[in-house]
Amino acid sequence: MASYSTNEFRSGLKVLLDGDPCIILDNEFVKPGKGQAFNRVKLRNLTTNRQWERTFKSGESLEAADVMDQEMEYLYTDGEFWHFMKTDGSFEQYPADAKAVSDVLKWLKEQDVYTVTLYNGAPLAVTPPNFVELEVVDTDPGMKGDTAQGGTKPATLSTGAVVNVPLFITIGEVLKVDTRSGEYVSRVKS
Amino acid sequence: MSDLDDWQPTASLAALESRAQQLAWVRGFFASRKVMEVETPVMGRCSVTDLNIGSVPASPQLPGDESRQYWLQTSPEYPMKRLLAAGAGPIYQVARVFRDGERGVRHNPEFSLLEWYRPGFDDRELMAEVADLVCGWLGCPRPAYLTYRQAFEQFVGVDPFAADDESLRRLCAPWMTDAQLSRLLRDECLDLLMSLRVEPELARMGPVFITGYPESQAALARVSEVDGLRQAHRFELYVGGVELCNGYWELTDADEQQRRFDADNRARRRAGRQEMPVDQALLAAMRAGVPDCAGVALGLDRLLMLKLGLDDIAGVLAFPVERA
Repeated sequence: MASYSTNEFRSGLKVLLDGDPCIILDNEFVKPGKGQAFNRVKLRNLTTNRQWERTFKSGESLEAADVMDQEMEYLYTDGEFWHFMKTDGSFEQYPADAKAVSDVLKWLKEQDVYTVTLYNGAPLAVTPPNFVELEVVDTDPGMKGDTAQGGTKPATLSTGAVVNVPLFITIGEVLKVDTRSGEYVSRVKS
Repeated sequence: MSDLDDWQPTASLAALESRAQQLAWVRGFFASRKVMEVETPVMGRCSVTDLNIGSVPASPQLPGDESRQYWLQTSPEYPMKRLLAAGAGPIYQVARVFRDGERGVRHNPEFSLLEWYRPGFDDRELMAEVADLVCGWLGCPRPAYLTYRQAFEQFVGVDPFAADDESLRRLCAPWMTDAQLSRLLRDECLDLLMSLRVEPELARMGPVFITGYPESQAALARVSEVDGLRQAHRFELYVGGVELCNGYWELTDADEQQRRFDADNRARRRAGRQEMPVDQALLAAMRAGVPDCAGVALGLDRLLMLKLGLDDIAGVLAFPVERA
């Protein structure tokens, strides 16, 4: 496996730190004029999502992590694994475990396309697109003519996600939702 | 930033104008004090042996000479000392210098160094002149004085001369793993603590000279016993936590210089770094007699950053290395 020296560190680089795959967020070079140079590096552990800070002597190196992002379509779950398929026409399938899908589960809809992060060829994490379109399966009855009031109520979507929606939304409508904030964006015209 | 924009300078035109003014001001400062401006080669047969300073190699083709390795200079120190030995008197230079591998918000591998030498001065007298120049240009209060030992005692809570290696390593534990720490040399621990513990504190103070460095960090300064401790007559000026200059009451003893060069190369060998050829011309000049003097090198790019209140060196460079 390749390795990267501190002077090759840049944000976005994926490396192994203490055995875990990490992405470099920031690399700050410090050096007393006559003294030893150091790199203060901020990283995010891709397994735990926790942010780390570590200082290296300049010239130290880290092993590259075999991490890559792939667009994949979500197929189905057998209860133990969630199965995804590459969209490049190869029909290659990848089973993701509960840990990998834990953050995406409430946005997961069959036949939609997600970003699957592979580590050593196995799904490490699944990221939803920024916007998803999901059907409302449960909410209080709509209140017509109340569109200008700006009040909200909870609505349960087909994936189980609960979002706050305007009062006029009714069961059966399809909504556009921002997965980063978990907020309602608009109704989708059918 | 797309490649198409790479032709443009990163410094504003106003910053470049300040740069020109700074240079004119510096030249006026030395002209009024009868210090002669000199120029020495940017590309030399030798470079420094310092463990922590990397030189950029150059490979010129010289007529009638087999090809040999030259180096872009990391500072004009050695050739300027040869001029001192030749009787040049007080001299200064605005030099383009190169340090391999150094890039960050306060570092560019090619930068402008103002270096000057004062025969007959000691470190105290030269610090006063540095203060005249820096405070005259920046309009800042005159620097306070803090010894290296006081700075560590005050801000790290350790005596850098008395503490054993193991306790220094323990102080570095917030930033490194045990495996990394086990490989950290004493001076590397001190450098880490200087950068990450002391400098942020100095940033909260006005300008301050750090003096009295440990003998192991003497570089080219003479060493004497002060308060029962072997201390180097070396000083640095910090303004706003930014390391601005490094000066010495210069070592003039050729034999001691030779020993330090050899010790540097031994340390380079241990660290797996390339050994550097020893500058015999400098040693010959020292044997012929470099006058008692003090000398200092000051980063002009950082001085301009402070003048303009900028945090990134790119703001004072027309073209940093990525756009060079």
